[in-house]
Amino acid sequence: MIDEGLKSELQKQGVYVTSLQELYNWGRANSVWPLTFGLACCAIEMMAASMSRFDLARFGAEVFRPSPRQADLMIVAGTVTKKMAPLVVRLYNQMPEPKYVIAMGACAISGGPFKQGYNVLKGIDRYLPVDVAIPGCPPRPEALIHAIMTLQEKIRNQDLTGPNRPRHLNAEVDGEYPVPAYGEHDLEPPKNPEVWQPPIMTRK
Amino acid sequence: MSAIAAIPPKSYEVKPKLDESGTPIGELLEISMGPHHPSTHGVFRMDVVLDGETVVKLKPVFGYLHRNHEKIGENISYLASMPYTDRLDYFCSMTNNWAYALTVEKLAGLAVPERAEYIRVIMAELTRLQNHTCLIGFFVQDMGALGTPMMYAFREREKILDLFESVSGARMMCNYMRFGGVRVDVNDEWIAQTKTVVSNYSKFLDEFGTFLTENEIVLARSQFVGVLPKELAINASITGPMLRAAGVNYDLRKVDKYGIYSRFNFQVPVGEHGDIYDRYMVRVLEMRESIKILEQALRDIPAGPVMDPKSKLRGFRPKPGEVYGRVEGPKGELGFYLISDGSPNPYRYRVRPPSFVNLTILEDMCLGHRISDAVVILGSVDIVLGEVDR
Repeated sequence: MIDEGLKSELQKQGVYVTSLQELYNWGRANSVWPLTFGLACCAIEMMAASMSRFDLARFGAEVFRPSPRQADLMIVAGTVTKKMAPLVVRLYNQMPEPKYVIAMGACAISGGPFKQGYNVLKGIDRYLPVDVAIPGCPPRPEALIHAIMTLQEKIRNQDLTGPNRPRHLNAEVDGEYPVPAYGEHDLEPPKNPEVWQPPIMTRK
Repeated sequence: MSAIAAIPPKSYEVKPKLDESGTPIGELLEISMGPHHPSTHGVFRMDVVLDGETVVKLKPVFGYLHRNHEKIGENISYLASMPYTDRLDYFCSMTNNWAYALTVEKLAGLAVPERAEYIRVIMAELTRLQNHTCLIGFFVQDMGALGTPMMYAFREREKILDLFESVSGARMMCNYMRFGGVRVDVNDEWIAQTKTVVSNYSKFLDEFGTFLTENEIVLARSQFVGVLPKELAINASITGPMLRAAGVNYDLRKVDKYGIYSRFNFQVPVGEHGDIYDRYMVRVLEMRESIKILEQALRDIPAGPVMDPKSKLRGFRPKPGEVYGRVEGPKGELGFYLISDGSPNPYRYRVRPPSFVNLTILEDMCLGHRISDAVVILGSVDIVLGEVDR
């Protein structure tokens, strides 16, 4: 590992020294392509974030791709209903690795104001591994920009080797998640135990 | 009722074209557009049957955003439903608030102070401006102009959202109106800002019009495409710009004269052919009329209170009865139907969403057109899925 002081000294001389990992992650972090995937109200704020005033292009994330095959990031923007949940998981499965998920807004995080409804999924984290969650109903475009910056930070700090390496570099881990189906009363299975477990309440 | 019976039920058996000997040429192709499709304006699915590129059958599939709005409304108090109405048609939270407040006021017999009426008109017309602006952006995007028209539309929308934010605290979900008035008063500075935005808006409309109104591609894609005949529009209870583009002069602001709309001098633009271009033009002209209303309202707004002192928000229990209240939303007639049994919650809470009703004739407009036109026709209907599925 190169010394930070020496690195900045070399940089002043016009020599840029980096590791392959940093270079690779730098490139990945600055070209996150989200999926054009609007579910409800938050999608409008997602569009507003990519439009003239907020200009998501400053962070390299303005290339909204309509096809999951070309996207890196799924922004779950809005209420996920039980009718839509299998399709959300299927779309996620169709995205190539490395892929990330942002849960945007109260509905995607927990069901939000519609949580008591009979047809609303109580959080997309029951089926998908969520990387960044943005609270708000709907979150402001600045909040989405902050979420993308947080995600970039996460991508920059990912190890390429070793036991903590991400899923897409680990051949033993499957990137596909089981798609729920409509059961007799509810979605089957009601959650993916690999990514979500109900919080344990301890009574004192 | 007799007019509705006059339209024969549609035959749903579709077959490919036959040649002279009676053998079919090619096959029909059934494709499912959506719910994840960039042109379906949210999570909406169309099961389209194609003969070549021509649409021969189109079945809309709803329900991907069914959020139990009505059932939740029956289980919470009258006031608690107000923020939920924001999330019906998330472009026009102000008009949704107004429709609901109007209905409950009718049920409880509350009066609205003069100043609050003016503020409501200002908010509703600003909402109409931003809704129509965004709609035109989306609709040109459906024709293939990815991004650029939307940039212009959202630039203007942000200015109006700033006004909403400074008075209600939220950009989109304003939750601003209350039974018997509005939540907070606006100050003179806000009115001055609104005047600036409104006076600059016609410049923007001129700019947008230069790019779009006589644009060759827009003309080719929209004229005589997706024609909605007048009789069908009336029979299918279409409302809003869709109905007026079909040539029916029906605007609730003129018909019901709810609020204080009878005081303003404005016209109702009416189309001639009922095609996509007419729908576009009706919306552009409506924005010009909205600017007129806004100018008059901002000039005449009186001083005074903004809440009826008799209105009681906490522990609100209206008398038993049923009521239907409606306003002219940017998308059409938005109505709320409430039954009260004297308890703090409504016994029945029903929304009459304009986008859902306007969407019912999608197949009639799309039949015989290309699949690419079906996308533009859907764009011109102006739907918001939060309202369609509720």
